[in-house]
Amino acid sequence: MSDLFQDYSVAAERTGAYDEMFTPGQEPRKSYGQVAGALRELSLADVTARADSMARTFLDRGVTFDFAGEERPFPLDIVPRVIPADEWTVLEQGVAQRVRALEAFLNDVYDKMAVVTDGVIPRQLVTTSAHFHRQVHGFEPAGGVRVHISGIDVVRDAAGTFRVLEDNVRVPSGVSYVLENRRAMAKGLPEAFGQQLIRPVEEYPRRLLSALRKTAPSGVDDPTVVVLTPGVFNSAYFEHTLLAGLMGVELVEGRDLICRGNRVYMRTTAGEQRVDVIYKRIDDEFLDPLQFRADSMLGCPGLVNAARAGGVTIANAVGNGVADDKLVYSYVPDLIRYYLSEEPVIANVDTFRLEEKEAREEVLDRLDELVVKPVDGSGGKGLVIGPDASKDELDALRKRVIADPRGWIAQPVLQLSTVPTLSGDKFGPRHVDLRPFAVNDGDDVWVLPGGLTRVALKEGSLIVNSSQGGGSKDTWVLADSPEVPVETLPRQAITVRERVSVWPVESNWRDSQKEQQQ
Amino acid sequence: MLSRIAESLFWIGRYVERADGTARILDVHLERLNHLPMEEQRSVAQELLAVMGARAQSEDFGLPELLNALAYDKQSATSIAGSLGAARENARRARETVSSGLWESLNTTYYGLNQHRKDVVGTYRFCNWVLERTAMVSGLADTTVSHDESWQFLVLGRSLERADMTARMLSTRDVLSAGMSWVNMLRCAGAYESFLRTRRAAFGDQHAAEFLLLDRLFPRSIVYALRDADECLAKLDPSAQRVGFINDARRIVGQARTFLEFHRTDDLMSELPEHMERVQKAVSQASDAISRKYFNQADELAWVGEVS
Repeated sequence: MSDLFQDYSVAAERTGAYDEMFTPGQEPRKSYGQVAGALRELSLADVTARADSMARTFLDRGVTFDFAGEERPFPLDIVPRVIPADEWTVLEQGVAQRVRALEAFLNDVYDKMAVVTDGVIPRQLVTTSAHFHRQVHGFEPAGGVRVHISGIDVVRDAAGTFRVLEDNVRVPSGVSYVLENRRAMAKGLPEAFGQQLIRPVEEYPRRLLSALRKTAPSGVDDPTVVVLTPGVFNSAYFEHTLLAGLMGVELVEGRDLICRGNRVYMRTTAGEQRVDVIYKRIDDEFLDPLQFRADSMLGCPGLVNAARAGGVTIANAVGNGVADDKLVYSYVPDLIRYYLSEEPVIANVDTFRLEEKEAREEVLDRLDELVVKPVDGSGGKGLVIGPDASKDELDALRKRVIADPRGWIAQPVLQLSTVPTLSGDKFGPRHVDLRPFAVNDGDDVWVLPGGLTRVALKEGSLIVNSSQGGGSKDTWVLADSPEVPVETLPRQAITVRERVSVWPVESNWRDSQKEQQQ
Repeated sequence: MLSRIAESLFWIGRYVERADGTARILDVHLERLNHLPMEEQRSVAQELLAVMGARAQSEDFGLPELLNALAYDKQSATSIAGSLGAARENARRARETVSSGLWESLNTTYYGLNQHRKDVVGTYRFCNWVLERTAMVSGLADTTVSHDESWQFLVLGRSLERADMTARMLSTRDVLSAGMSWVNMLRCAGAYESFLRTRRAAFGDQHAAEFLLLDRLFPRSIVYALRDADECLAKLDPSAQRVGFINDARRIVGQARTFLEFHRTDDLMSELPEHMERVQKAVSQASDAISRKYFNQADELAWVGEVS
């Protein structure tokens, strides 16, 4: 290993976490052989030059997220995160299983609530969830799917076991970085690709489009799909444009839509055009001023009624937030057993439910060694890491937890696994998580072979959110067999193809001239 | 105008477009090539070179040699550096006719050719740089040169070469059948997003090939490029004809375009190699015919003098 990895093992040992690239003896794991080989050939100058060029490409292409009103490139690290085929198979099953269970749960919750009647989950827990929307109670959405797109966050604990950290079934974002990271890495570290089979991620937009079209209201032959964005100031606006572009559909804002007669239309130069499927990238609260926040200018009045009447498919369905409530999360293993009669493939992180008296007392005693999270937060907002918090912060937290125990959960501090990450003039271990994306078309849950690996760029930090100084890594899922993507034709098919001739027999002036001469 | 100048302008158009097309093809296919095992990489590199119209000198022809042959070899008219050098040389001979903006951008490009690292990563950047420079050259040609006869020759060269390059982009499908060939074909032509917007959910080889071959609105499609060439030829030789064409170039270009436009088929993919071959042949014949008619008059019409 070159001097770029000097002191790496010492630093890795200090974190006490599982390292994705190296075994404790500083030997690269098998899946990382090629990457290690490629990095060994590079000098510090090479690595820095490439990292700079990758960052510049991102800025040029507009691969940014919005941070406090400013467009910033999403930092991409040069060392990829590699997942061997066998580990991926497990993850894939686990993610798909979870999505199926949450889908069943949502269908149940907005219908008969059999899960409550059967005593699996307390009614109060469901009805007190901030994202349980009575407005969408009692109807099955057109197309029959609620969780079209999901991002299930998983992490690896110190023992190397994958665990689910949280579910995102409302508006999971980040898939655009998966697509862009791969493009950038193919140009930034071409040596590492060579001899191994990395599963492609580029089919995601097509999978998504076909799932969205498949779940269109019945009776529509050629459904029109649109992506609904809150607008250019949204932090994920880049992703909205990229997905709409790659799917070849319109990116609309609320003001482009109108609802009439429980149908949705968009205003175009050719008059109003019917919209059948809306890929919704705005929060439920802003979607429909008739049902939710009346002061919202982002949505379009009448959408929820149109969905209720079956005139439009909204993906993901309104009201999904109840399924990714962090307190419901703690029941997901039970939900999997209840709905699917299966054992969970990937375990949860141990979670204290603060409404239960003993749990709450234990947590309040050990506040300085636990992570406490608000149940409906996202993006790492409001999260308090006990060991890193000051006494004042802990006291404030204690008061808030006592005031609203339903609003919080607590978990032990997980030493997330680490991957070498360029920092200054060498590689250091940095903590990562992983968000695989799943697309559900009603018949099948497809998990994108890859995912967003977010990395905390500050040494020792466990917060990977982009809004709090996180970056990302390209995520490579290795294929165990020379399996090729769907679109591929076998090579021979082309070479042995018979020659077809359709052009008229050539008769240009030269030929005719020769003839005349003869 | 002088035949010699017209010829220079025609070739500036062709060479700049050739550099642009080659850079696009190289940029996209380099990515694929890199993912292949050594053995296959070598054979694919040779096939790719063959698609671009050159032959490998030795069995040992691999990725580094391909980079040299398509990007950096100044002696070869197939390579980017060679094309841009030739374009600049042509501009130097017609310097008093072309605008100073056009000349300077070609000249700057020529001197910038050496300022790139010639490894894989450097080549990506080189290709991007070439795309920027060629776009600038075409933009300046369009906005700083009067759209008179001289400009028609430049656009004529550009359109013919563009049809030829798109044909080559389509031919690369046979070279790299592993992976998503149609996405690559479209990426080569910069047509990916345009294609997606017109096609809703109909993806696949057939549709992509159809788009690049027959689309009437996408400027890099073969039919579009041939129509441009046809229009230039018509403007260059406006003598109204009631019957037929005496201009060979027009006949060749027009026949190819109308055949493609009016041809009906259920299996475009199996016919594609023939279409590509015919288009490339038509382009080279048209180019010959144009040379004969407009550039070579010195030999044949020595006593007639300049005929515009």
